[in-house]
Amino acid sequence: MTKKQKKVLVRIIIASALLIALMLAERMAYLPTLVWFLLYLIPYLVIGYDILKKAAIGIRNRQVFDENFLMAVATVGAILLGLFTDGSEGGFEEGVAVMLFYQIGELFQSVAVGKSRRNITALMDIRPDCAYVPNQDGGLEEMDPDDVEIGTVIVVSPGEKVPIDGIVEEGSSTLNTAALTGESLPREISAGDEIISGCINLTGVLRIRTTKAFGESTVSKILDLVENSSMKKSKSENFISKFARYYTPAVCYAALALAVVPPVALLLLGRPAQVTTWIIRALTFLVISCPCALVISIPLSFFAGIGAASSRGILVKGSNYLEAMSETSVVVFDKTGTLTKGVFEVTAIRPAGQFAKRLTADGKDPSGELLALAACAESYSNHPISKSLKEAYLADRPEAEGSLRTLASDVEEISGRGVKATVSGHTVAAGNAKMMEEMALTGEDTPQQPPESGTVVHVAVDGTYAGYILISDVEKDTSASALKALKKSGIERTVMLTGDNEKTAAAVASRLGIDEYHAELLPGDKVDQVERLLAEKPAGSKLAFVGDGINDAPVLSRADIGIAMGAMGSDAAIEAADVVLMDDNPERIALAMQISRKCLRIVHENIYFALGVKGLCLILGALGIANMWVAVFADVGVMILAVCNAIRCLSVRE
Amino acid sequence: MKKTYEIEVDCAACAQKMEDAANTVEGVLKATVSFMTQKMKVEFAEGADAALVMPEVLKACKKVEDDCEIRF
Repeated sequence: MTKKQKKVLVRIIIASALLIALMLAERMAYLPTLVWFLLYLIPYLVIGYDILKKAAIGIRNRQVFDENFLMAVATVGAILLGLFTDGSEGGFEEGVAVMLFYQIGELFQSVAVGKSRRNITALMDIRPDCAYVPNQDGGLEEMDPDDVEIGTVIVVSPGEKVPIDGIVEEGSSTLNTAALTGESLPREISAGDEIISGCINLTGVLRIRTTKAFGESTVSKILDLVENSSMKKSKSENFISKFARYYTPAVCYAALALAVVPPVALLLLGRPAQVTTWIIRALTFLVISCPCALVISIPLSFFAGIGAASSRGILVKGSNYLEAMSETSVVVFDKTGTLTKGVFEVTAIRPAGQFAKRLTADGKDPSGELLALAACAESYSNHPISKSLKEAYLADRPEAEGSLRTLASDVEEISGRGVKATVSGHTVAAGNAKMMEEMALTGEDTPQQPPESGTVVHVAVDGTYAGYILISDVEKDTSASALKALKKSGIERTVMLTGDNEKTAAAVASRLGIDEYHAELLPGDKVDQVERLLAEKPAGSKLAFVGDGINDAPVLSRADIGIAMGAMGSDAAIEAADVVLMDDNPERIALAMQISRKCLRIVHENIYFALGVKGLCLILGALGIANMWVAVFADVGVMILAVCNAIRCLSVRE
Repeated sequence: MKKTYEIEVDCAACAQKMEDAANTVEGVLKATVSFMTQKMKVEFAEGADAALVMPEVLKACKKVEDDCEIRF
C-alpha cells in the first residue's frame, strides 16, 4: 500500500469506530438532535473531507457532475434531512455510513488497480537500468544508457539485461529472450553476432560495440510502443467515457425530478406531500447511480489484456486493435518469411539411374557425391541457390569448408543457365533444364522434372546426366498447426498472397490447409487483393493481414489489423504494424485472438452486469424498496466484482 | 521535444482531467496522460524550456486534481 492508501485506511478505521460508538450511544443516551448532529459530523468530516473538497473544486472548475459530487450531495442531503426532521427520517448514521463505504470501495479499487498495474508492468519490464563501460584503469564505469554514444564498447555480465543494440566483440554466452519474445528457449550468441537489447545475458561476459543510441534501440522502441498502447482508446472505452459524460448529469436531473415531481403531484391530488420520503429516495438514487464500476474496470481489462499478450511476445499497439482482433473473420498471409522460413534449403537429392549404379558399385553414396560435385562447382558463386547447396554439403562435414574451393578449377558462370567447372578432373555442369538441353548430353538418362515444387539444379558429369538437387523454401514447423488453431477459433477464411509461382503456392496452400491462394503477385497486386477481400468480408467483421513487415508495409496499413512477424531487429515491422509478434511463430496469431476474445468478453460482462444491477437498484430505489444501505452496497459491491473480473484478463490458457 | 514523466493519480477520470489541464498550459504542444502506466508524455512547443513549463503544468493539474503528483 502507498502512503496515501495507508492514510485513507487509518481514516476509515477511526471513522468506523466513531460511527459504531455513536450508534450505540444514541440508543442509551438522550441528547438534543443538534448535539447528535455535531457529534456525527466528526466521523463524517474525518472520512469525507477530501470528497467534499474535490466536489467543491469540481464546481469551481465548472466540471460539476462527477462521482465526488454525487457522493457529496447524497451524504450532505441525508445528514441535513436528519437535522431538520429530528432524526425521524433519513439520518446522520446513513450519511456517515454511505461516505464510509464509498471510501472503503475507493480504497479497495485503488489497491487492486495498483497491484494489477504493478503485475502487468512487471511483465513488460525490460527496461535496463544502466550500462557498464570499461574505463582506463580496467574497471567498469556505470552509465545512464541514454548517455552511451554509438560505437562505444559496453560490458554485460551474466544476469544483466543487454541495454543497447550492438554487435558482440568478444565473448560468447546464451541469452534469455523471454521478455522480448515469450520464447523460453535460450539463444546462443558469440563474437560477430548481432545482439538485441532487452535480452538477459545468462552465462558469459560479453563485450558489445553499440550500433544504436539507447533511444533507437529495440528495447526503447518496444517500451514506447507498450506505454503508448494504453493511450489509444478502444470503442468500448470511448463508449464508457462518452456514456459517463451524459449519464452523470442525467441521473442528477432524474434524482432532482424524483425529489420534486411526486410531492408536487401528490399535493395537486390533495394528498400529503411526503417531501422527506421522496428526498431520501432521490438521494438513494444518486448513490446507486455512481458509475465508477464501469469507468475503472474497462480500461483495466484492456490494460490487463495487453499485458497478458506482451508477456507472450505479442505486442498490441492499442486497446482499439485488441478489440478489433476479436472481430476478425478473414486472415490473409504473406507466404515467404511468414508461413515459410524465407530461406532456401536442399529438400531432395535424386541421382540419375546410371550415375547411382556406377557409384554404388564403387561403394560410394550417390546422393552425397552428387551434392559434393554440385557444391564444389558452385563454390565460387554467391547466388542464394549456391549458398544453400554449400550449406547442405557443409552441414555434415564442417571441416571441409576450406577445401571446397580448392577442388574446383576452371569455373565458368553461364548467366541464366548455371555453372561449369572442373572438379577432381571431371567436367561438372550444374544448372537449369535449359543448360542441360544445350549441352547435348550422352548416356541413357535424361533430365527429369521433379513432382514437387521448388528450384531444380540439374547436374551433368563429363557430359552424362547425373541427377538433380531440389531446393525449396521450407514451411515453418508451426505453420500448419497455426492455421488449424485459427480455423478452430472460428476464422472463416484464410488467404495466402505471394509473389512466388503458381505451382509452389498451390503446394504450400494445400499442405497447410489454406482456403485460397493467389500467386505471382507484385506488391501493388497484394494491395488490390486485400482491397477486394475487404469488400467481400462479412459486414462488421475484420480482416487481418500477416506479413514479415519488410516489404509489406502498404498492405499492413491497408488491412484492418496489420500483424508483423519477427520484430527482432526490424524497425519497419514495429512502425507499420498494429500488432507485432516478437518471434517468427505464426501460432501466436491464434493465441493473440484468444486473448483478445477473452478480454472483450470480460468487458461486455462488466458492462451488462454493472448496468443491469444499477438499473435494477435504481428502480427499487425510486420505488422506495431499496434504502441507502442497499444502495451503497450495490455501488461498492458491483465495483469490486467488476475489478476482480477485469483482472482475469491477465491469465491466458495456452 | 518529447519527455515522459512519472505521475501519481488516483482514478481514470482524474487522469483525463489532468490531461485536459496540462494541454492548456503555454509551451505544451500536446500532453497525454496514461492512468494505467502512471505516466505523462509531454511534447513541448518549439523553444519552450521543460524546466520552466513543467511547474506550470503541475500548477494547472493541482487546480483540477489537488492530490496529483508529477515528478520532474
